[in-house]
Amino acid sequence: MIATENDAYQESFQQFQSEQSSTAPAWLAELRQTAMNRFTQLGIPTKRIEDWRFTNVKSLAAKPYRNVQSISLSGGEAEALLEKAKLDESFHRLVFVNGHFVSQWSTEHELPEGAVIGNLASAIREEAGDLQNRLSVETDDEAAAFIALNTAFVNDGAFVEIPDGVTVDHPIHLIFLSVEAGQTASHPRNVIRLGKGSRAAVVETYLGREGEGYFTNAITQVDLDETAFLDHHKLQHEQTESLHIASTHVDQKESSEFRSHYFSFGSLMARNEINLMLDGEQIESTLNGLYMPTGEQLMDCRTRIDHARPHCNTYELYKGILDDKAKGVFNGKIFVHQDAQKTDAKQSNQALLLSDDAVVNTKPQLEIYADDVKCTHGATIGELDENSLYYLRSRGVSKDLARKMLIFAFANDVVQGVEIPAVRQHLETILLSSHGLPDV
Amino acid sequence: MSSENALLEEYAQREYEHGFVTDIEADSIPAGLNEDVVRLISEKKNEPEWLLEWRLKAYRHWLTLEEPNWHNVKFPPIDYQASVYYSAPKQKPKLNSLDEVDPKLLETYEKLGIPLEEQKVLANVAVDAVFDSVSIVTTFRETLEKHGVIFCPFSEAVHEHPELVKKYLGSVVPHSDNFYASLNSAVFSDGSFCYIPKGVRCPMELSTYFRINAQNTGQFERTLIVAEEGSYVSYLEGCTAPKRDENQLHAAVVELVAMDDAQIKYSTVQNWYPGDSEGKGGIYNFVTKRGACRGANSKISWTQVETGSAITWKYPSVILQGDNSVGEFYSVAVTANHQQADTGTKMIHIGENTKSTIISKGISAGVGQNSYRGEVKIMKNATNARNFSQCDSLLIGDRCGAHTFPYIEVRNTTGKVEHEASTSKVGEDQIYYLRQRGLSTEDAVNMIVNGFCKEVYDVLPMEFAVEARKLLNVSLEGSVG
Repeated sequence: MIATENDAYQESFQQFQSEQSSTAPAWLAELRQTAMNRFTQLGIPTKRIEDWRFTNVKSLAAKPYRNVQSISLSGGEAEALLEKAKLDESFHRLVFVNGHFVSQWSTEHELPEGAVIGNLASAIREEAGDLQNRLSVETDDEAAAFIALNTAFVNDGAFVEIPDGVTVDHPIHLIFLSVEAGQTASHPRNVIRLGKGSRAAVVETYLGREGEGYFTNAITQVDLDETAFLDHHKLQHEQTESLHIASTHVDQKESSEFRSHYFSFGSLMARNEINLMLDGEQIESTLNGLYMPTGEQLMDCRTRIDHARPHCNTYELYKGILDDKAKGVFNGKIFVHQDAQKTDAKQSNQALLLSDDAVVNTKPQLEIYADDVKCTHGATIGELDENSLYYLRSRGVSKDLARKMLIFAFANDVVQGVEIPAVRQHLETILLSSHGLPDV
Repeated sequence: MSSENALLEEYAQREYEHGFVTDIEADSIPAGLNEDVVRLISEKKNEPEWLLEWRLKAYRHWLTLEEPNWHNVKFPPIDYQASVYYSAPKQKPKLNSLDEVDPKLLETYEKLGIPLEEQKVLANVAVDAVFDSVSIVTTFRETLEKHGVIFCPFSEAVHEHPELVKKYLGSVVPHSDNFYASLNSAVFSDGSFCYIPKGVRCPMELSTYFRINAQNTGQFERTLIVAEEGSYVSYLEGCTAPKRDENQLHAAVVELVAMDDAQIKYSTVQNWYPGDSEGKGGIYNFVTKRGACRGANSKISWTQVETGSAITWKYPSVILQGDNSVGEFYSVAVTANHQQADTGTKMIHIGENTKSTIISKGISAGVGQNSYRGEVKIMKNATNARNFSQCDSLLIGDRCGAHTFPYIEVRNTTGKVEHEASTSKVGEDQIYYLRQRGLSTEDAVNMIVNGFCKEVYDVLPMEFAVEARKLLNVSLEGSVG
């Protein structure tokens, strides 16, 4: 059984390896092969695996996706998509089409000395950034098949290196477009490293053409050295027939700060995973998320925070608005290791159900092995608050508008956490239009 | 804090006071499990054909199952062939009064403080005592019969009320439910049966006392409680076992059925032998407990105080089928030394306006691992369903763990689900405050812990609340840090 499902990937992989054989260094070919073996061994996850219990990825992931080796940018479709994805001309911009870097559409403003904002394929060619040791993602659990699959096809993506003490003034915008026709798969890999005391903001946008469903399987790796600060945003606008699977792996050193803002709107099935390893004291991390599935969309948000050292604080707020036959899955784990005393971890998941056909599955988890910690998690699921509705209606607001206002307010909580004005405005516009509010 | 650490050590090495063995001749069958063993058990109990068939069906299904592995507890694989599946104290076949019960047995229960003798009317608790695999004696039967309440050993119910047993057995926990429930369905030896007729408020609390005595024995009992329309019953369950070096298996099934306007209150104080301070021995407690609120306005309430067992694996659940039905779960779970607990509940909301409350208090000390695992499901037609869950953990010492794994699924917009969890330790400032007022550190901790569990104790029947409080103090003896 398993063999047949993986056949398309296998075939695609053989072709990919042979095409890459002339250019890829030996270590990379080996890394890919090992990862492919791992993927074959694991297979596409089934619902029997606890971590995939509510997300039946099998039928979507088992389609014969084709790996795109070369891209054509003719026809203007790609350009139109790019225009939609652009947020602000002042951003540093890296554009990827079906996983391949498009230098002519990318813009790089003047950068402080030593800072690199480029693509991974070039970095590999130039043997930059110790990639040989950084590209494998440590996972040992049975749910990690897609991470192995990404590594098997690892080729291109963003490569960002910010040296010690450098602040990058403008956000770095990474745009991933799926343009090629047919059932395609792309496996972008972003590698980001911030040196001691450096600061940067990153925005990832995922967007695709209409038509047949495609598959994006992305990984972002982030290394934050002491006192570094990264403000990370992800805007997931994939086309509504597609499959989006992504994981962000963050390794934090002492006194660093990581902020994540995840916004999920597109794709038929989207699974986003954020893993934080707090490997130092006095670390602060904030994970905010908003997912708004409608139609038959399924959105699965997972976070895992590993408190490995004492005196770290983490805050997490994920909100979901579910309409039609949508499904929302939240799975947040806070893992406090034995020596991580004085940990303060707060987690909250709130879901708003707008339709009786929508389903919410929430699984906030605490695993705690230290005794002097403050950990709380809360989850609430429900409909709009009757009292608030009544309040608005008693002031002459129509029922319909009152509902929309409350939905907007609910979601806006997360949006207001975004500090980059262009990104915030973009999100506000989406919120307003998605629930038909008149522009205010 | 060093003196407190010493206390902690001492606490961790607490004594299990029910660890004695009763030397009594037992009628046991050889260890091992196969179809013949199932037939033998059935034959020993002189069971009707349909029950044997049911057992065999369960056994055959069990063979196809694998042990679950999703729980957060660790133990070496269990050899199901090494266990003895039936052990009964040898005794005269029919008992007319307590005088005929083997005095050694009575002595055992006296040591345990179980009011078996009918003279102890004051206690006003009807007891069904289960020793190893069989029910020893049931008290107060006449009084109960006057009210039409049936309270007897399961094996007796099979003969005397076959229509009731047949109707309800497996109706809440089917023979194919899970690995341990299937095993129980195949080899269950005895248990309690209780039937409260329409409109009857059971005049006294009913109680079952379980004791594992024989070596290498698994205990597999089955409790079935049916509360007809408008009836009420409060049911208590207690358990102990002798100290032994090897682990013993206990896989029970409890089924509750509540019809229209009926109420069942089920309280457990579980004090199986937890193993010694090195983690050697102790009971593996794998229990399936489930109640069905079949009728409108019915209510099922589970209260559990889990202080014993090397491993506790149980999820007393309520299926809220009837409109306006209510499910409650109050739990205190203590894991000291090497104890592990993975416990919680399931609340399945099916009917309209159904409500459920979950209050879970986990206390970990020593190297104990305590997990809350609960599921709240609001089905599509459960309009206006409401759930509130609160899971608090208290950590004593820095080598223990407290974990929370709630699962929430909502399929109805009007459903309201709230889940809260917190983890904290016994604060030094709290201990300091109490010591200032002249309490010893140990008393201070006891007071804090008891305060932490108050919400659960408040819903326990009075005698049980007293016992639970004492048990908790013993369990945590010496674990103050």
